Amino acid sequence: MGRITLKQVTKSFGDVEVIPPLDLEINDGEFVVFVGPSGCGKSTLLRLIAGLEDTSGGTIEIDGKDATGLPPAKRSLAMVFQSYALYPHMTVRKNIAFPMRMAGVDKAEQKRRIENAASVLNLTDYLDRRPGQLSGGQRQRVAIGRAIVREPAAFLFDEPLSNLDAALRVGMRMEISELHTRLKTTMVYVTHDQVEAMTMADKIVVLRAGHIEQVGSPLDLYREPRNLFVAGFIGSPKMNLLQGSEAEKRGAVTMGIRPEHITVSATEAAWRGTVGVSEHLGSDTFFLVNLEGYPDPITVRADGEVSLHPGDTIHLIPDESRIHRFDAQGLRIP
Amino acid sequence: MATQQSRSAARMMLAPAVVLLLAWMLVPLIMTLWFSFRKFLPLRGGDLGFAGFDNYTRFISSSAFWPSVQTTLIIVGGVLLITIVLGVILALLLDQPMWGQGVVRILVIAPFFVMPTVSALVWKNMFMDPVNGLFAHLWKFFGAEPIQWLSQESLTSIVMIVSWQWLPFATLILLTAVQSLDSEQLEAAEMDGAPYLKRFWYIVLPHLSRAITIVLLIQTIFLLSIFAEIFVTTGGAFGTKTLTYLIFQRVLESQNVGLGSAGGVYAIILANIVAIFLMRIVGKNLDT
Ligand SMILES: Nc1ncnc2c1ncn2[C@@H]1O[C@H](COP(=O)(O)OP(=O)(O)O)[C@@H](O)[C@H]1O
Ligand SMILES: [Mg+2]
Repeated sequence: MGRITLKQVTKSFGDVEVIPPLDLEINDGEFVVFVGPSGCGKSTLLRLIAGLEDTSGGTIEIDGKDATGLPPAKRSLAMVFQSYALYPHMTVRKNIAFPMRMAGVDKAEQKRRIENAASVLNLTDYLDRRPGQLSGGQRQRVAIGRAIVREPAAFLFDEPLSNLDAALRVGMRMEISELHTRLKTTMVYVTHDQVEAMTMADKIVVLRAGHIEQVGSPLDLYREPRNLFVAGFIGSPKMNLLQGSEAEKRGAVTMGIRPEHITVSATEAAWRGTVGVSEHLGSDTFFLVNLEGYPDPITVRADGEVSLHPGDTIHLIPDESRIHRFDAQGLRIP
Repeated sequence: MATQQSRSAARMMLAPAVVLLLAWMLVPLIMTLWFSFRKFLPLRGGDLGFAGFDNYTRFISSSAFWPSVQTTLIIVGGVLLITIVLGVILALLLDQPMWGQGVVRILVIAPFFVMPTVSALVWKNMFMDPVNGLFAHLWKFFGAEPIQWLSQESLTSIVMIVSWQWLPFATLILLTAVQSLDSEQLEAAEMDGAPYLKRFWYIVLPHLSRAITIVLLIQTIFLLSIFAEIFVTTGGAFGTKTLTYLIFQRVLESQNVGLGSAGGVYAIILANIVAIFLMRIVGKNLDT
């Protein structure tokens, strides 16, 4: 069981309110990702849930019971830190055993769980090494191992992949997702990387300056961003945002269209522009196109093997059904 | 220093310093060894020739020798124990955020700036004086008979004085070590269900082990040769005669340079035994 409910939770450091009153419901077994730019309060929110910070107001319930005043150890939550926070003087085995030793789990059971975790995480050969002798990915797995042997109600991850190189990050992303499928335990995952959020989450919570901007499944957020911030944050490359005549024509102050919803046309079409820089990724090509009458270039996705050169004039057809319209406050117009 | 040329240039430039250091070390050492084999009584005839191992046997068979070794070890051990235990506690306290942190830290470090002679005299006259000392007043306040610190509890007194001097050093080194502990490790341990004392035992103390080792080794080197504190308090009486003090008495009070030099060689041997012993127990902390 791992249902976490936040009711009107606030947090201030001195005079600075980092988390304004916030409500959030995390259901049992869900993979929830907190995503937002650096410094928006993701870690603080996670630490509030963990009990490593005291709330300034509001209540936190775990499985329906008030946990606001409970010390971290009593919340049956396990946390994986960004720095891994392994105990450097203990072997991998001892690191993984530590929470069980503190809880007084008997030796045989400890051994069983360690071996189980080690085989799930491919750590069997490294059990007698110290963290200093492991690679970044292995340390990450030890940190996860230390969390899973506790059999917690929920896992908390704070940017666990940000210290890994790109290839390893993709691999670990898969492993964590698989772990979630296997354990079916609630996971709360913090990241500033929207790709991680999109690929892993059941539910994404987009945060800005401690505010929840939107909560929803990755596709909800992709299809119907509630405001300009979410529109710009979710999706890669970013959504093109245009103001002026094109937006006004559609009854909005700002209009947004994703690069993948613009088609390059051979003949005269709605928009005309000149090709700027392009990025060839093999499967896709992304062009920066300078639209006539707009100072900032927009990004357009085309087929991987299209050949266009800087300075070429091209015609573009926006997919009218995929255009997002926003009002003066930056809110979505349905 | 990758190339052959830069390596030899480096050697050339290091040479004067190395030669100077070697001379600095070797000349006194060789002179000590030389005098330890001579019968040398400056006020009673000067250098009276070769003495063989006479000085060595006389020094070691003197009734004062073994008690002095014991006293030395008790003082070194006692001071090490007190400074490290209190040093760890103080370091942990000073690491807590508190009002006036900077001032408190300077106050804690202050005793280190007081010269040994001065601090020993201050302790002797202000705290331990059986009539006017602060301790005497304190004891009287509680209706107890004041202790004659420097005669009844002479060793304890010396250990107290020297510990007071060295506590700042231990605290300072341990404080920097405490501050370098990754706070996420402590938080992880907290989440793993370790209460404060277990966090201290399993996380903080292992983290401090290297700093403790360094404090142990450096302090031992200096503590084996403490002198001023004994000279100005008990003058070596009441069982506070350390090996260093015994050597001093042999050379200056008995005016026997040869005997004192032999004692100096014994002191070197003792220091080495202690060092090897310490390295054995704590050395393994240094290589991980
Ligand atoms: N212990 C603290 N004291 C004061 N301010 C803090 C503290 N921890 C975090 N903050 C502030 O709270 C804000 C949110 O921080 P954090 O939750 O770490 O952001 P992130 O989303 O990058 O994880 C930041 O502006 C940070 O400066
Ligand atoms: Mg953070």
